[in-house]
Amino acid sequence: MKRRTFTRRRFMATTAAASATMIAAPFVRTASAAGKISIGFWDHWVPGANNATKTLTEEWGAKEKVEVQIDYIPSQGRKNLLTIAAEAQAKSGHDILAFPTWEPQGHANSLEPVDDVMGELIKQHGKVNPTVEYLGRANGKWIVVPATVGSQIKGPCSRIDLMKQHAGIDVVAMYPAGAPPKAEAWTLAAFMKAAEACHKAGKPFGIGLGTTSDSVDTAGAFFHAHGAALVDAKGTITVKSDKVRQALEYCTKLAAFLPPDAPAWDDSSNNKWLVAGNGALIMNPPSAWAVAKRDAPQIAAQCWTHGFPSGPAGRYAPFLPYFWGIWNFGKNKSAAKSLLLHLSSRAAAEKMVAASAGYDLPSFEKLTDFKTWAEEGPPKGTLYHYPNPHNHQILSVAAAPAPARIAHQIYVQGVQTKMIARVLKGEKMEAVLAWAESECEGFMRT
Amino acid sequence: MVDAVLQGVQTPGATRKRSSLRRTMQRKSTVAFLMALPLILMIAFLVIYPALYSLHLATLNKSMERFVGFGNFLFLFKRETFWKVVEQSCIFALTAVFFKAIIGFTVAHFVHNVPNDRQRKWRGMLLVPWVIPPAMSCLAWLWLFDPSYSAFNWVLGIFNIGPVPWTGDAFWARFSVILVNIWIGAPFFMIMYLAALKSVPDQLYEAAAIDGANWWQRIWYITLPMMRNIIAITALFSLIVTFANFDIVQILTQGGPIDLTHVFATWSFTLGIQGNDIPLGAAVSLFMVPILTVAAVFILRDITRRGNES
Repeated sequence: MKRRTFTRRRFMATTAAASATMIAAPFVRTASAAGKISIGFWDHWVPGANNATKTLTEEWGAKEKVEVQIDYIPSQGRKNLLTIAAEAQAKSGHDILAFPTWEPQGHANSLEPVDDVMGELIKQHGKVNPTVEYLGRANGKWIVVPATVGSQIKGPCSRIDLMKQHAGIDVVAMYPAGAPPKAEAWTLAAFMKAAEACHKAGKPFGIGLGTTSDSVDTAGAFFHAHGAALVDAKGTITVKSDKVRQALEYCTKLAAFLPPDAPAWDDSSNNKWLVAGNGALIMNPPSAWAVAKRDAPQIAAQCWTHGFPSGPAGRYAPFLPYFWGIWNFGKNKSAAKSLLLHLSSRAAAEKMVAASAGYDLPSFEKLTDFKTWAEEGPPKGTLYHYPNPHNHQILSVAAAPAPARIAHQIYVQGVQTKMIARVLKGEKMEAVLAWAESECEGFMRT
Repeated sequence: MVDAVLQGVQTPGATRKRSSLRRTMQRKSTVAFLMALPLILMIAFLVIYPALYSLHLATLNKSMERFVGFGNFLFLFKRETFWKVVEQSCIFALTAVFFKAIIGFTVAHFVHNVPNDRQRKWRGMLLVPWVIPPAMSCLAWLWLFDPSYSAFNWVLGIFNIGPVPWTGDAFWARFSVILVNIWIGAPFFMIMYLAALKSVPDQLYEAAAIDGANWWQRIWYITLPMMRNIIAITALFSLIVTFANFDIVQILTQGGPIDLTHVFATWSFTLGIQGNDIPLGAAVSLFMVPILTVAAVFILRDITRRGNES
């Protein structure tokens, strides 16, 4: 019997052919994606919202003959961040994991490129906003897919009655349900005037100045509205610029009309402020309104979610996307890509938005017209402008456009809110700018 | 024949080895070591390995791809916030341990003087803050200190006092986190001191009373010298645990306002986990080691010296 030898030449040829097939082969979209897949979704804080992802994933698993295992990982106590850090270190874990805003950039080298998935989704649902690109792409490639679940705009949620009564502003007329906004007069100056009036009336705006996300996002949007960046896109520190001075001056002036304990606020403080009926406006996704609907329906019936005021550099709203990423050490990448396509379909996104009572937000431009936002209430239409359906706001994230590794540090350390709190405490503006500059220098390390 | 001779020579040696093994196995210390071995292995796995791993992490660059030696530590030395964290950690730990010791000592005396039949109830009640999981009790304190709806401020408001910015002002925020640490930790001191008090022979007090010693002299010349070792050990343990505290600050203030309550552990978490800079976070957490080592060496040396003297 002739024995066939496996020479080095033959080995090289076989390996090259196999590699070429693997690279050229499209990811599996249909019935051949067999095997097993594990997913770590973010544990939604809207009761029952997890059911949408559970049903959709199991539905896909049954269709594709893939065994699915789902874990819901809460963000309370930063358990999701700990899970991401642990899995990245161990090079083992879920195939798909939910990544909050800044995490994909920190783990770009451990994430599987998803250009193929994103190409398909953009073709189907239209473009994504620049903030999603800024956070979801690294080295010219898409490293994650924007998730509907958990993504949010933290725009103003105003009390219709209090704004009308104390500030003379009809927020419903300014942002009518089912129609484009008529918000030309809704500027930073008008916002300041309204804040002052409501403060005088004993119903101050509930905006925090702590270092948690809600406070940082709001400060970030005010800085953007002035065109102020602490570090520019090239990584140059621009703290001591006139625009930063103007933004800081504006925020400090505004802070005088906020609750005196604002520097100690965390992400629950503004929710409590609204539900307790203490103030005329907060900056939050509709979760605070949803809680009010349950605990204080008379207050919920007076809430209206709308757009940010515009400043000299434009009308910016804080957008905090969540992402789904596939580890490059994942065991079933083709099935993972197939599932991400399924979860990002219009029908799936619509189910997620409905299950979260309008809280979740797809990042694609053609997915802002779901009936949930038009119909949710009371009052009916309160969420119509939440997904920015008329594109009249620039969706941004605080600390952008600095390179993500620097912006992440500025964001997490709450440098902008700390700057405001320091000036408010009595420090000289130039000393505060010097402090912020030194902080940013520290964030440059690689 | 030669083999036979050799075998004859080897036999007593093998017997000696077997009997020496038997003797070793019969020694109490060997048995104790074997029984403690699972625990030693567990400690090696859960404490020594992570400690060495964190040392390794602290020597890497931010993206964890390059060895930077002491680069992270040198970087920290240049940061204003780092020195603020060092200062705050020292204020937090030393103040809290001092007051825990004073309160523990005082309460232990009160309990010691309670008649035996009622003492158990008091001991149980006073231990409650220590046995409740800190994360849970801290949440209760968080509600008491809440910036907008503080229960304390509500009570103070009845007397037209306040509102006090419990977590919004640097002084009050530091006061709040130290107060909660004392509340949780003082019962540990109390129970340790109570045990030490019970071991002081009554004859010493009787002799002192015959000599006409007053209450203060009895404390100063009998109680304190007899309790010196337990006071030192308790202070050391508490200092280590308080320096490494995380939950109280994280739950109550998250290091705020303006970083003025951050301690090593919370700042390390902020940098390492939230900021995705694990090497720098590891370097911050390791900075506690030299401080605590120096404290441990001094305290333990003192205890050994006194042990030798006695």
